[in-house]
Amino acid sequence: MLYFIEQCLNGLQIGMLLFLLAAGLTLIFGIMNLVNLAHGSLYMLGAYFAATFAAWTGSFFAAVVLTIAATLIVGMAVEIIAMRRLYGRDHLDHVLGTFGLILFFNEAVRLIWGAAGMNLSLPMWLNTAVQIIPGIYYPAYRLAIIAVALAVAVFLYLLVMRTRIGMLIRAGASDREMVGALGVNIKLLSTLIFGIGAALAGLAGLMQAPILTAQIGMGENILIVTFVVIIIGGIGSIRGAFIASIFVGLTDTIGRAFLPDLLRLVLSPAGASTAGPALSSMLIYLVMAVILIVRPEGLFPASGK
Amino acid sequence: MMRDPRTAVVVALLIFLALLPVYIAMGGNNFVLILFTRILILALAATSLNLILGYGGMVSFGHAVYLGIGGYVVGILAKEGVNAGIVQWPLALLVSALFSLVIGALSLRTRGVYFIMITLAFSQMLYYVAVSLDRYGADDGLTIYRRSQFGLLNLSNKILFYYVCLALLLGVIFLVARIVNSRFGMVIRGATSNERRMRAIGFPVFRYRLVCFVIAGTLCGLAGVLLANHTDFISPAMMHWTRSGDLIVMVVLGGMGSAFGPLIGAVVLLVLEEALSGITEYWQIILGPLLLLIVLFARGGIVGMLRPRHA
Repeated sequence: MLYFIEQCLNGLQIGMLLFLLAAGLTLIFGIMNLVNLAHGSLYMLGAYFAATFAAWTGSFFAAVVLTIAATLIVGMAVEIIAMRRLYGRDHLDHVLGTFGLILFFNEAVRLIWGAAGMNLSLPMWLNTAVQIIPGIYYPAYRLAIIAVALAVAVFLYLLVMRTRIGMLIRAGASDREMVGALGVNIKLLSTLIFGIGAALAGLAGLMQAPILTAQIGMGENILIVTFVVIIIGGIGSIRGAFIASIFVGLTDTIGRAFLPDLLRLVLSPAGASTAGPALSSMLIYLVMAVILIVRPEGLFPASGK
Repeated sequence: MMRDPRTAVVVALLIFLALLPVYIAMGGNNFVLILFTRILILALAATSLNLILGYGGMVSFGHAVYLGIGGYVVGILAKEGVNAGIVQWPLALLVSALFSLVIGALSLRTRGVYFIMITLAFSQMLYYVAVSLDRYGADDGLTIYRRSQFGLLNLSNKILFYYVCLALLLGVIFLVARIVNSRFGMVIRGATSNERRMRAIGFPVFRYRLVCFVIAGTLCGLAGVLLANHTDFISPAMMHWTRSGDLIVMVVLGGMGSAFGPLIGAVVLLVLEEALSGITEYWQIILGPLLLLIVLFARGGIVGMLRPRHA
């Protein structure tokens, strides 16, 4: 039971991380109608920036602030240089163009930081375990990730639902051209949204860096899972992304933790040890395929589309 | 006829491909032959993708999975002691067809970006299946000790194998061209430009698309069979999603919806890779932006650029 609770927390933590990525991706998709495969590259950059800035400044907190600023700037630059020209093209062009960007970013990271990964060590006050309920200790840092992501979720909710910029974002999602025609600087708005998405991806990357090492290709693996999240949640819906992130995080973690044991009940040990890992890696894709077959537009299709 | 630069390029390319082994036999670098055998095989895969992507408008982001399926059938049979090509090859095609039937039947219910992502999801699933096959090498892959046996036809002979690949590639290009220009192909292309109208006329678009998807998957399975025989090795990397991305790049680079486009795209991409990696270790830093530029400014690919202005 204790193990189960711990795995649930792990799943929640991964789900929260996925949410940071999915929120940006789904905003970019919903408003600019852009499939951005390079979103994972910004996550990777976040991890590398964090490790670098932490080494320069010697302060974890300074590294966090600098990383968010840096990924925001990189995101806006990428939007101005490349992405802006891809709006209004078909999805195939997006896939191809941003696939090119992935190659570029991976190679640029290899050029700048070298092929070996980079470590980011935690400050002492985060590197402890907290007793959450009697008998269960949980790493403080993972709890901090959950807290930060929840704060971001609340911030995004307030930003989108309660501010003027949020109003423009929602209007842009339902009719981009009309918003432009009404005199809103839609180009600037797009750049801003892309920057926010990039900063969120960077934040996810920097928070993941102390747990895993920062390494080349880390963005691609999580990118595909993030796409699963936004597809399940319904493209363009932040609420859907939030629910689907938690769902995917829990499914994946709990599947990996318990499926092999469950299979042992029905299959032979040899069969279970082969099928277990395969099935648990496949689980989220399986779930996504089933959901798409039943509801071809995801669980929470964004309204007004 | 030869006034059209496209025809001239294709003819020149075919002559070059046909004569390449002669140059090798005269003492040329063996490496070039191996590179071009690989190019022919991936061109075959790209040609099969072109059928659904270029003509059918179905952006499959998991096409490399059939490369893997074809390869794994050959590898698994070889490991279990079945080396006869007459068993291996038809079985590989059959399994590829079955998988593409199931994947297609489920994926084709979705549209647009959902289709891109569901095909990707299926390829990821099979990728993880391959990773978990402990008996067949799991992550590390499996070496194939004997290539498919065809009696007197010895596929281990590099020049012969090259010509087998070339012949199959040309056969597939011809087949795809025939399919596209048949009544069936007209329906597929019609559905791409206006699905609602095709349906209103009374065509069961879903079934036509599914058949098209299965044909493409099966042909790509053939490429997988060749690839396994070429490298004497199978591994999950054969169906990694970046490989699917490479195939899309080949098709778009060469020119979507043109018979020889995927071949041209494969030749240009892989030769470029080879050339750039000779200049710098960091060649992808050049290739990446190049892709972006092609998307932005050369939408019709290389074949599109060669098109005469007035046409």
